[in-house]
Amino acid sequence: MIPEELKQYIGKQYAPHVREVEKGAIRRYAEAIDDDNPIYCDEEYATKSSYGTIIAPPGFFGWAKKRADVAPKAIIEVWEATMKAGYGRLLDGGISYEFNLPVREGDTLVASMKVKDIYEREGKSGTKMIFPVFETTYINQNGDIVAKACHTMISR
Amino acid sequence: MAKQQLYWEDVEVGTEVTPLPKVATTQMLVRWAGASGDFNPLHYEDTFAASQGVGKPIVHGLLKHAWLIQLVTRWMGEEGFLKKFSCQYRGLDYPRLMKSITEPQEGETWWCKGKVTSKYVDGDDHYVECEIWVENGKGEITTPGSATVLLPSRG
Repeated sequence: MIPEELKQYIGKQYAPHVREVEKGAIRRYAEAIDDDNPIYCDEEYATKSSYGTIIAPPGFFGWAKKRADVAPKAIIEVWEATMKAGYGRLLDGGISYEFNLPVREGDTLVASMKVKDIYEREGKSGTKMIFPVFETTYINQNGDIVAKACHTMISR
Repeated sequence: MAKQQLYWEDVEVGTEVTPLPKVATTQMLVRWAGASGDFNPLHYEDTFAASQGVGKPIVHGLLKHAWLIQLVTRWMGEEGFLKKFSCQYRGLDYPRLMKSITEPQEGETWWCKGKVTSKYVDGDDHYVECEIWVENGKGEITTPGSATVLLPSRG
């Protein structure tokens, strides 16, 4: 049973923000992991492909237009609340996505995050571990949901 | 870079996803931080990493997830579409230090691998589900996951 003071965050929706998907940023992201797929960086190749444009590697959603905080407000708030409630520090636990449409160079996305769930499990040594789950929905300039991402954090 | 497209008819349950080797270095972690916007000092500052209970700076979970995304997108080909993806960061991974500006020190190589666990048709869509994972240099799975891919069909 998670503490009362954490339950209030479940379902909380945070203010959306705008993200721009630029081809230089796409290229840099692909280069960072040594992914040389030309669909991410070669305009001539991408134009002739069935996509017709450079696309982003799945999981890259551009950069926020406004200078971003170190972590999204949702995560900072829930992180502080879990620490206050006596749980261990939070680490990134995993991610899952549903992808609907490709993210293209030049897209403008609106990203909105909500706390999908916060649950508790007992660790091996009987310690209580908390699992906050954050869901972000990405909508493009045509009003289409391009993807939903779910980050799960784990306390240790 | 012309690669043969994978078709739904080409895979069976048990078919291996083409393995992808990766070497995490401190330099790669810096490039990743800059490219992804994750500036958590857990991944670049010794003292902070130690204070968070992980010993030394660790590889970003999201960097490993990006490796796994590349594993699948590279295998499925340009006409494939990644519909669902998930992975969990179970084991901590530590980057190799650098020997020179461009060369990493000797150390472990990580392997991204996968295999097909099911295939099915839903209307006109041909799906393949895979188990995927990142193995560290000792062969331990640090990052297990799964992916669902739409593949073109020969009809």
